[in-house]
Amino acid sequence: MTTDNKTISERIKQISGVNTRKCMKCGKCTATCPSYDEMDIHPHQFVYMVENADIDALMKSKSIYKCLSCFACVERCPRDVEPAKLVEAVRLIKIRQQGQNHLKANQIPDKLDADLPQQAIVSAFRKYTK
Amino acid sequence: MKFCYYPGCTLKTKAKELDIYARKSTEALGVELEELKDWQCCGAVYPMASDEIATKLSAVRALMAARDENCDLITLCSACHHVIKRVNADMAENADINLKVNNYLKNEIKYKGETKVVHYLEMLRDYVGFDNIKKAVKNPFTGKKIAAYYGCLLLRPSKVLHFDNPENPTIMEDFIKSISATPVIFPYRNECCGGYITLEDECSSKKKSKTVIDSALECGADCIITACPLCLYNLSKVAKDRIPVIYFTELLAEALGVKE
Repeated sequence: MTTDNKTISERIKQISGVNTRKCMKCGKCTATCPSYDEMDIHPHQFVYMVENADIDALMKSKSIYKCLSCFACVERCPRDVEPAKLVEAVRLIKIRQQGQNHLKANQIPDKLDADLPQQAIVSAFRKYTK
Repeated sequence: MKFCYYPGCTLKTKAKELDIYARKSTEALGVELEELKDWQCCGAVYPMASDEIATKLSAVRALMAARDENCDLITLCSACHHVIKRVNADMAENADINLKVNNYLKNEIKYKGETKVVHYLEMLRDYVGFDNIKKAVKNPFTGKKIAAYYGCLLLRPSKVLHFDNPENPTIMEDFIKSISATPVIFPYRNECCGGYITLEDECSSKKKSKTVIDSALECGADCIITACPLCLYNLSKVAKDRIPVIYFTELLAEALGVKE
């Protein structure tokens, strides 16, 4: 555990407001996650990896772009841990760094079709870009 | 009955039907919706991090405008409702966010979360009443089997949204019954359609939407209704001509005889 990673872990806990120690590792968040099979690191793992300041793996994980913010894990957690807030906080720590935006404006034109609602573009930008 | 109304950007462009039929229906039901002046895009997703203030401001401005009009604020798009309702809860309950937002906005009268945020469906249930809608129906949908797709944003997190039972909601089924149709309850009605990931990974949203569509079809639905433009987009892409996916307001307007 490096000092840097410990600082980042504290920052993630602070901006997410999540108390990682409330988790009892039942795995319900992961079981209910609609993106479970597309994630390399699963919601319940975010909780103990943040707790252990295992930050490098989290920052590299594609899972931070696979979360749909559907709040299934938040609603169904029996301990009110709210793992989605941790996933969001890790993603923010990553994309707030210079040059780390996951979605760039010049990628958008290729993705447009006649029916695509504005809501989709605004949401994706808010999630993937700072 | 008079309310302030926040349409949101998608309802002015790709989801015009959601907005137009909502307005026609409320007119027929004797409810006045006054569109907020100068509303801004709500941002479409609720910023979960506690240090994000700027991304919450447009919702606060809408909430303040409704407060100044002394009216409850009606929302219709699921995403707008979710964002505005949650930001309102932050303004009422989170002293740190409240302080920073009010410091930034420098309002004469500080905003403390006073406005009541009411989704259009909640307005139908709690202010108009489904029995009164039943009485106002001119074209009943007798025999039509309709599946209500709730998605995520209206229901969760239930401790903030207080919309309905998050696992066993009934509000849209009660609406369906009020227009004399038969509600079809299907297992994936409150599971995610894929949402904004359609821009990042279309296969992913298609997979999730297919599960929803297949589930509704298996349960014998003739049609699916939703309140969310992004859900409608994702679901329609997969449903193609197998089953129509429409806004609930379109059915309401048709039932009330005001759909042109």
